[in-house]
Amino acid sequence: MEVRHINAFLEATKAVFDTMIKAPVTFEKPQIAKGRANYDVSGVIGLSGDVVGSVIVGFSTESATKIASAFACSPLQPGTPDFADAIGELANMIAGGAKAKFEGQAVSIGCPSVVVAPAHQISSPSGSASICIFCNTSMGRFAIDVTMQSSVQKANTTNNGAAGVRAA
Amino acid sequence: MRVLVVDDSKTMRNIVKGVLTGMGAAAIEEAGDGQDAMSRVDAFNPDLILLDWNMPVMDGISFVRAYRGRKKTTPIIMVTTEAEKTRVLEAIQAGVNNYAVKPFTPESLSKIIEATLAKAAPKAA
Repeated sequence: MEVRHINAFLEATKAVFDTMIKAPVTFEKPQIAKGRANYDVSGVIGLSGDVVGSVIVGFSTESATKIASAFACSPLQPGTPDFADAIGELANMIAGGAKAKFEGQAVSIGCPSVVVAPAHQISSPSGSASICIFCNTSMGRFAIDVTMQSSVQKANTTNNGAAGVRAA
Repeated sequence: MRVLVVDDSKTMRNIVKGVLTGMGAAAIEEAGDGQDAMSRVDAFNPDLILLDWNMPVMDGISFVRAYRGRKKTTPIIMVTTEAEKTRVLEAIQAGVNNYAVKPFTPESLSKIIEATLAKAAPKAA
């Protein structure tokens, strides 16, 4: 993962909050993560093509509820289909906006999945690099958690682990 | 103005419907994917179609190709996160009339809709 990829995610996240949520967002220093953090709500999108990996937009229950409700312009409750839909669409816009900025790389994103479970962790294949960017808004804190590598690099990886969800 | 809104995200359909309602749309129909849209479009007879790209069952670009293949000329605006030039070109070549990239402000989407309809309006003799 390169700095330009990180910047792409920052720009995409800011664009979503500026245009559709109309709330400022600030970013903490990106951190290299050995493992992924625990979240109560995750929007997960896969990346494929010249780059492979996944993007998690991870929240606490409180921040997810406030941000999803602001995005949808109506109060949403965790555990409802509309809540999951809003979280998934947020993840879709952030991942989609970022991958459009990966110049020279053809990348596709999958349909989003949403996980709602207290303090869950979504693991990544072993050997893949993970960057976590915590974001702050007036509605709470959330994370953009990206694991990705070039598809050539992945093909050469000798230790391929399986990703999965683990309850706390 | 009769508008068919096609997106697998109910959140996005509601956001787009809000913009259309603000513009005074007379009737708005929703579809959750391209196949659903295809089953509704003839009966609803829209003046405009707002269409997402990435959807299950039948994606947006497949809908455009199938719809245009039936010689239908209803204006179509692709409303999508797919912002790469290659994607925009692919959509235009398939037959979309305009393109709106998510995320968008209500104002920007309104302008794209107005511009699309103005261009598609029959010219005075």
